[in-house]
Amino acid sequence: MRPHHLLSIADLGRDGIAEVLSVAEAFAEVERRSMPKVPTLRGKVVATLFFEESTRTRLSFETAAKRLSADVLSLAVASSSVKKGESLRDTVETVEAMGIDALIIRHASAGAPHRVAAWATRARVINAGDGWHEHPTQALLDCFTVRQVLAERKGAAPEELGVDCFEGLRVLIVGDIRHSRVARSEVLAYSALGARVTLAAPGSLLPPSLEGWPVTVASDFDAALGDTDVVSLLRLQAERGSGSFVPSLREYTAGWGLTTRRVALLGDEAIVTHPGPMVRGVEIASEVADLPRTVVTQQVTNGVAVRMAILFLLLGGEWPGVHADG
Amino acid sequence: MQMADASLVLRGGSVVTPDGVRRLDVAIGEDIVVALEPTIHPPGGAVVLDARGCLIGPGLVDLHTHLRQPGREEAETVESGARAAALGGFTAVLAMPNTEPAIDSAGVARDVLALGRAALAEVAVSGAITVGRAGKALAPLGELAELGVRIFTDDGSGVQDGALMRRALDYAKGLGVTLAQHCEDDNLSAGGAMHEGCWSSRLGLPGIPAVAEESMVARDIQLVRLTGAPVHFLHLSTAGSVQLVRLAKAEGLPVTAEAAPHHMVLTHAEVVGYDPVFKVNPPLRTESDVAAVIAGLCDGTIDAVATDHAPHAPESKDVPFDEAPPGMLGLQTALPIAWQVLSPTLAPERIFALMSSQPAAIAGLTLTDWRRAGHSAQGGPLEAGATANICVFDPGAVTVVDAARLASRSRNTPYAGRSFSGAVRHTILRGEPVVIDAVAQR
Repeated sequence: MRPHHLLSIADLGRDGIAEVLSVAEAFAEVERRSMPKVPTLRGKVVATLFFEESTRTRLSFETAAKRLSADVLSLAVASSSVKKGESLRDTVETVEAMGIDALIIRHASAGAPHRVAAWATRARVINAGDGWHEHPTQALLDCFTVRQVLAERKGAAPEELGVDCFEGLRVLIVGDIRHSRVARSEVLAYSALGARVTLAAPGSLLPPSLEGWPVTVASDFDAALGDTDVVSLLRLQAERGSGSFVPSLREYTAGWGLTTRRVALLGDEAIVTHPGPMVRGVEIASEVADLPRTVVTQQVTNGVAVRMAILFLLLGGEWPGVHADG
Repeated sequence: MQMADASLVLRGGSVVTPDGVRRLDVAIGEDIVVALEPTIHPPGGAVVLDARGCLIGPGLVDLHTHLRQPGREEAETVESGARAAALGGFTAVLAMPNTEPAIDSAGVARDVLALGRAALAEVAVSGAITVGRAGKALAPLGELAELGVRIFTDDGSGVQDGALMRRALDYAKGLGVTLAQHCEDDNLSAGGAMHEGCWSSRLGLPGIPAVAEESMVARDIQLVRLTGAPVHFLHLSTAGSVQLVRLAKAEGLPVTAEAAPHHMVLTHAEVVGYDPVFKVNPPLRTESDVAAVIAGLCDGTIDAVATDHAPHAPESKDVPFDEAPPGMLGLQTALPIAWQVLSPTLAPERIFALMSSQPAAIAGLTLTDWRRAGHSAQGGPLEAGATANICVFDPGAVTVVDAARLASRSRNTPYAGRSFSGAVRHTILRGEPVVIDAVAQR
């Protein structure tokens, strides 16, 4: 059964993720057309409510909605009634009263999309990042990109690989895991697909408890690099106060940055992902960011197709060739 | 026997005495219990309340009630909070001083006491330890003690400055009053919205570690040892805190402690849906903390069940979890929860002691010459000549929590839709049946 909202990767499970990747593959094909637009969601209205700064995620969602021919409303919080003291609930109810079909929300508070989902009467809610909690579409596009690279190397279509290609895949997530919503979604997504997830971070940037997490923690970062297929780098969230969790950026880079020395420890086939924005010279050396194995640009490109898939699956548009009722 | 001077008779129930439960009718004349006999034939004109199958205990006393007046009347008033108290079987509540302005002067204390005079439960006040609860300078403890204030606390936060706490204890000792501490090291809990552990880590919410509470419990036990002044520990929530208090008591130090009903039945797993009705401070902890709190209540380490009834207007809880204020309603659910959790282990008189005589003793409300003191003797025991403050509880009934029907002005109960065993049936305040068959009479 499909979820009503996308609040967490846990709403999807292995089969749900597989379906998203499959539908996204079809939309990636649309994107390669000279006229990359389909009438799938004509008449639907999608609103983006970003209560926190974002450029790429918001643009990506809005592009995805437009390519599906949905109408897009975007609430600019800085100039909205939120600044006049309107509550999140009233804002949501006001926007929903305009006949919105999907609310895409980013908020600095973990769980804000869950509250919005509880208040919404008919709109579908998509979590575009909530505090330190989750960023489900980012993890989905990371999986999509990894599969794409693996397929390319095999000379196969990504669809042929299914999600079996993730079975036993060694994924190393590095950096500020404590404050990272990307890390939480990636752990859930990769492990649901059968990957073996390892975390590498200074102790102060690990979550206080990893009880129930399907992960191991690397005791030696350098050694772990030699034993991995995918390295997922995270940004040090200095604006969330993460700076004070390590003595200095210099020490962080020395201990946990993917430097030119460390990248040489990786196997030839290892892929490097980063959710962006990258801070060159901190978590990733500039030269490493520009290596072919670093797939940041591909991730951004794929973000649109993956978000088209999410909108399509939640809003139930018609799509010839893709089964619409899973 | 016939009681000529009885105006109210409770028939068919069992009286909870310090030595056990005995099948007795209770006759009340004016505001005094006049007789307890196996069978009392009420005189004509007397009000008769059915108590068959019920326990007749001393009225409950809550050491920890936020009445929100003055300053937050949209959330609760003395009148509405006392009504909720009466419906919960309480005949006295101790109003917490974290109002706006704080109860840190005789003027504010007098106002709250005056508001309480016509209420459905007696209202005593606790005063702030520091001016404005700001943790900087001592509040006029002496002036407040003159008004009868016996408990002082900056509840909502702890006194962070150890030297100031020590000075407050030295000063309080001479006045014969007790300082009550909300134990929380603000540096260790900074920014926290829930218990730090597996759920906070998974949910991406900043956590409040158990050590934020325990380190202040440990510090204050050392200050008690140093000063000899008593300390009451508010709402203990962790296994470590309970153990620290257990050891301090074994040593004979003058410490007392309370625990809240929500820390006896709810864990941090409740936060999974991010509903702020489950946000409270101290936060809901782990299952082993819950077990330790219950064990502490059963072995005498914890002296009282105290509600920490903390109303918040609906709009303030209708926000993302981390933005909501902490606190939950508790007065109307406290006894059924305590009964459900403790009755498998503790005899009825022990449960009533935790909710009546022991908190009354801690708050200094067990006076015999109450007319002089301005409030009536609380905490029992129920015997001929005692003030008729009584809670009639039916352990065979079921309390189904309907948030919309609670007497509080707020709706932030974490138990909406849940059921607990036992229900408060009647409440008698100074001889007046203020609650009959779970309905407030005025």
